[in-house]
Amino acid sequence: MTKYEFLDALRELLRGMPPKEREESIDYYREMIEDRMEDGADEQAAVAAIGTPEQAAEQILKDTPMVKLVKQRVKPKRRLEAWEIVLLIVGAPLWVPLLASAIVVVLALYVVLWSLVVSVYAVMAACFACTVAGIVNFFIFCFAGRIGAALVILGAGILLAGIGLLLLLGANACAKGLVLLIKKMMLGTKKLLVRKE
Amino acid sequence: MDIQIKRGLLDVCVLAAIKDEDSYGYQIIKDVKPYVEISESTLYPILRRLESAALLTVRTAEHNGRLRKYYHITDKGLERIEEFKAEWREILSIYQFVAGEETKHDEI
Repeated sequence: MTKYEFLDALRELLRGMPPKEREESIDYYREMIEDRMEDGADEQAAVAAIGTPEQAAEQILKDTPMVKLVKQRVKPKRRLEAWEIVLLIVGAPLWVPLLASAIVVVLALYVVLWSLVVSVYAVMAACFACTVAGIVNFFIFCFAGRIGAALVILGAGILLAGIGLLLLLGANACAKGLVLLIKKMMLGTKKLLVRKE
Repeated sequence: MDIQIKRGLLDVCVLAAIKDEDSYGYQIIKDVKPYVEISESTLYPILRRLESAALLTVRTAEHNGRLRKYYHITDKGLERIEEFKAEWREILSIYQFVAGEETKHDEI
């Protein structure tokens, strides 16, 4: 891949970014390739050392705030005509609630995902609480002379402690997975935002 | 190495690379690479972050008929390096305590 092929590919991948920042990133990568060439690498090797344009674009997107990309995306490409502004205002009762509900749906999805993790932790806490209760009850039943019931409740308590421990492992893995998933979703959304129109 | 720690270390390494004289991207990578893994793609966000935090300033200068960006450390950037050194002196003394305890146990 030549320098220009790399830079053109990068520009294409970052098409939807604010132009100023896009050009700044491209200038940076151009300088890096040129400095490597000046250091003795041939063009192909210099470009290869930087990685692929996709990797570069991904890294740049990761570090660009979502808000900036959304702003650029919704910014009108030209000045709005008078009738368009009138339409926007007249249509406000329609599109404002629609937009608001879209945002709420996304937020709700986020909350639901996290509540899943929280509920697993809650069940786990309940298991451990039952274990404690089981041990306490064991002694109570012992004093009451009901040895059979005492052993059953102690056994149940220990069983729940085991389930709780298993859940702890599961919940931690879930939480980690969720964080990864959310990061991936963010990057995916950003990629959609800068996609060619 | 822990990602959070590495991130903080990279910031200071980049500042250290421009501490004595202004430097440019590729040179910074060459200077830092022997100590911490760094690539073009990871350096870029660091430079942007340090610039917006006013730890360094950027100027564009001509070099061999093309433009190159040079990074200059600010007083705030120098302060950050001093902070880092103080922090790590503390951590080092904790390390010596921890490592020292271990060897004592070994002796017993």
